[in-house]
Amino acid sequence: MIRPHRTHALWYAFILHRISGIALALFLPVHFYTLALALTDPERLDGFFQWTELAVVKFAEFGLVFLLALHMFGGLRLMALEWLPWSDRQKTLAAGAAAVSFLISGVFLLRAI
Amino acid sequence: MSSDPDELEVSVWRGDNTSGQFEDFRVPAQENQTILDVVSWIQQHRDPTLSYRYACRVGMCGSCAMMVNGVPRWTCRTHVKVALKDNRVSIGPLRNLPVIKDLATDMDPFFDKWVTAEGMHHPSKTRDDAIEQIDPEDGARLEANKGIECINCSVCYAACDTVAGNDDYLGPAALQRAWTLYNDAKDAGKQTILEAVSGTGGCHNCHSQGSCSHYCPNDLNPMAAIAGLKRATALSFFKGRK
Ligand code: HEM
Ligand code: SF4
Ligand code: SF4
Ligand code: FES
Repeated sequence: MIRPHRTHALWYAFILHRISGIALALFLPVHFYTLALALTDPERLDGFFQWTELAVVKFAEFGLVFLLALHMFGGLRLMALEWLPWSDRQKTLAAGAAAVSFLISGVFLLRAI
Repeated sequence: MSSDPDELEVSVWRGDNTSGQFEDFRVPAQENQTILDVVSWIQQHRDPTLSYRYACRVGMCGSCAMMVNGVPRWTCRTHVKVALKDNRVSIGPLRNLPVIKDLATDMDPFFDKWVTAEGMHHPSKTRDDAIEQIDPEDGARLEANKGIECINCSVCYAACDTVAGNDDYLGPAALQRAWTLYNDAKDAGKQTILEAVSGTGGCHNCHSQGSCSHYCPNDLNPMAAIAGLKRATALSFFKGRK
């Protein structure tokens, strides 16, 4: 799948952006549905919250926060690339977006456990 | 697999657009040897029917590009040592283009798109007019200068996944050419260019993966040129609506 011509930083940035975009699109409907339970079926929501205490789920949440942050910062980089005067530091910026996302999601995980 | 350091193990693609397979050759290793030298050696000493294309041998003409161990390269200026992995190298025809035979691709789609992108000069003057004075330090001129060393080798076109996924996509080289002309004070076709690059196969298809800029043997940056076109087409769109 990752053929030789794809092994460079900005291609990895692209594939992460696509994966995180798809993950967001799959996650958000579920997210809104569960939040809506607060109005329609609060008991089931409480049951759901207990489930989120599981370590696996917490780790999965870390993954989601990471992907969300990555998609946002990576997306901002792409929009800056398209709209602002050209900068040659695209690899650095992409790596920076990944680092900041990891930091944010890491803090989220540490606070959750 | 024996690996004799005096010999390279070379796999070369044999076939046409419908079928083919890699064929193995052993080629004497030299101290200084390019991928094109290897291909020529096979054709001269092992199989005269091997088809490939080159002309200048010095990185000027853009006709010798091939896939070397899976990445697009200008073979006349790619040293074997740079590409070799475990004394092996695979050499195939450029990606994203129809294969005529063996290592020779049909580059017509690449050049046709160059024309579709309006990558040709649109005159602003006649022979009777005085020659226009160009300020070499002018911002637009400097932007145009960045793309003029393109040798039409199609390495970027072969590297681009968007080209692979969309037959109509004009591709990095043609779009970069359009951007160069858009910034050229002597070109009178600015609006024509913007229209040509904003259609279904136009600049907005680009996902900024940057494979074009990563592999361009002349260190050009088609990704940046395409970003410029995205900006120019969008600004022109909003101005038109005002
Ligand atoms: C947080 C703010 C967001 C920003 C700044 C942002 C930015 C972007 C940008 C610039 C692209 C184009 C990438 C390209 O050219 O390849 C994109 C693609 C995409 N976005 Fe977002 N986005 C955001 C939120 C979201 C959300 C909430 C979702 C989910 C519903 C989402 C799903 C996607 C998908 C599926 C793609 C297509 C990916 C691709 O073509 O490779 N994005 N985003
Ligand atoms: S930056 Fe755009 S044109 Fe260049 S390889 Fe990527 S998708 Fe293709
Ligand atoms: S932009 Fe670079 S890689 Fe693409 S055709 Fe021109 S010289 Fe070759
Ligand atoms: S033979 Fe002319 S560029 Fe390689």
